Amino acid sequence: MAKWGTVASINQTGTGIRLPNFCNLGVMLRAVVVVNIFVLAAAILRASSPTAIAAEFLSLAGFAEPALILSLLALCAVRRVLHAVGYVVSWIAVLAFELVLAFFLYHMVRGLIPGGAAMPFTQVALVVLFGTAFTLAYFDLRSRALSPAIAEARIQALQARIRPHFLYNSINAVLSLMRAEPRRAERALEDMADLFRVLMADNRTLAPIGQEVELAKQYLAIEEIRLGDRLRVAWNTERMPGDALVPSLVLQPLLENAVYHGIEPAEAGGEISIEVARAGDRLVISLANPYPGEGRQTAGNRMAIANIKERLQLHFDDEADMRSETTGGVYRVTIRLPYLTAPA
Amino acid sequence: MTLAQTEVPRILLADDEAPARQRLRDLLDECRETFPLAIVDEARTGREALDVLNREKVDIVLLDIRMPDMDGLEAARHIAGMAAPPAIIFTTAFDSYAFKAFEVNAIDYLLKPIRRERLLTALNKTRGSPPVSREALAAAANLPRRHLSVHERGKIHLVPLGDVLYLRAELKYVTVRTADREYLVEESLTKLEEEFGEAFVRIHRNCLVARQAIAGFERNAEESESGWAVVIRATGEKLAVSRRQQNVVKQFR
Repeated sequence: MAKWGTVASINQTGTGIRLPNFCNLGVMLRAVVVVNIFVLAAAILRASSPTAIAAEFLSLAGFAEPALILSLLALCAVRRVLHAVGYVVSWIAVLAFELVLAFFLYHMVRGLIPGGAAMPFTQVALVVLFGTAFTLAYFDLRSRALSPAIAEARIQALQARIRPHFLYNSINAVLSLMRAEPRRAERALEDMADLFRVLMADNRTLAPIGQEVELAKQYLAIEEIRLGDRLRVAWNTERMPGDALVPSLVLQPLLENAVYHGIEPAEAGGEISIEVARAGDRLVISLANPYPGEGRQTAGNRMAIANIKERLQLHFDDEADMRSETTGGVYRVTIRLPYLTAPA
Repeated sequence: MTLAQTEVPRILLADDEAPARQRLRDLLDECRETFPLAIVDEARTGREALDVLNREKVDIVLLDIRMPDMDGLEAARHIAGMAAPPAIIFTTAFDSYAFKAFEVNAIDYLLKPIRRERLLTALNKTRGSPPVSREALAAAANLPRRHLSVHERGKIHLVPLGDVLYLRAELKYVTVRTADREYLVEESLTKLEEEFGEAFVRIHRNCLVARQAIAGFERNAEESESGWAVVIRATGEKLAVSRRQQNVVKQFR
């Protein structure tokens, strides 16, 4: 039955959708833009003539902007609680909070703006409810659009492209060890089991970077059986905060790419270097490998990169970025993301 | 019984991964009982495989597709041009492109991890069945070769494509001109143009010139119906441009 459970979860497109992290600058910016578009639309509807739109907009904004800023601050402060209570409850809580906020602001601001008093509170309450729902619905759609559940088909296509190569080659390598070095074969199978457990798990979550590095080392240990001394790895992780959270499986696909495009095509092999370090409030992951330059970017490679980019976006919005460049026969990919740790 | 018949098939293993070669050795050892054989040598790249073939008599090559320096497919295309080519058995772990291309062109291959029974069947099949044709291999390849191969006195000589100045069709052969000398290859100019069209330009019904070998153009050339001739950089040779291909002159000016 467990098998059917996983199949079903793929089809539930709503799983994994949560309110966005309102402390994130990108999310805040989006909220400001969305709310102002809504206010502008309301101003256009309320204005008696086109020339009155600006005045209407100003009077509405005089109310909406303070409400928006206070809301964002409040939502940022209580985001952990909102995530804990579940998606539907958090929607209701946000709507109720906005109503209460609107009630107080209505009585405070009414005296300050000429003409503001003309609008009865019931009308203001309706506009606030619609505005809030409109904004939350925007984030809902955005989150769904970026959700790995929707991208499942694409991800499976990606798996079909790059993982079988590794899977069959590794099994072949382990088979060759069976007779001569049974202990090493055992070890390799254990590493493979660990790796595939993670590969098959839900990778929409965040995981500590220390764990990601361990997994990457297990992966490289398997590759080393086949490639021997052609595969050389330099880890630079002394300044790595092991508890920093990153999207799970952020490192291994990059290493798989590095092996496939950088090491295997070179007769003498080459060195992959990985550096993980904290720089202020950011975590920087950087990986470099030789690029013998067959000039062929396979579809598999592009999809792996796009997939990691998408997951970074989902978790960190515009606060994370990923760049790659090829200079002087070296391919380098750098990921920068906010330094985050699990709540204690 | 003649001596040749008592000789066992001589096998060459080509794979860039040491464990994969070891596994093939183990399996071949187990095949010996029913299929007597001798392992001649091992190679780590397509080029090494060709070197072994130039040195040793080989009857069967077990050829991995994905190898550095020169992949199995290119090596196979050079091998297939030999006067008495060995049988080729391709091996691959996973290559969705190759699967499809091989199926379409009826080329046999073994999937890694390889089973002993499957290997034995493939070995037995090499007796009697004709070697894979150059045409089938060319059709299955997804990339142009990086060398042309010249077969002289039973040896494979590779000419890097970057060294080729021009290709000129003769009666039955194509002359391959490099800065140092000329070679003859048994291929068709049309097929070569299809494969290397990006690096070469046709200046005449019987001639393709490497773009990078063109030093310039000369007017009022003798024996040229268009009046133009291409000047080759390394040798200073002048090759006539036909009336039909005159537009290439404009392309380069």
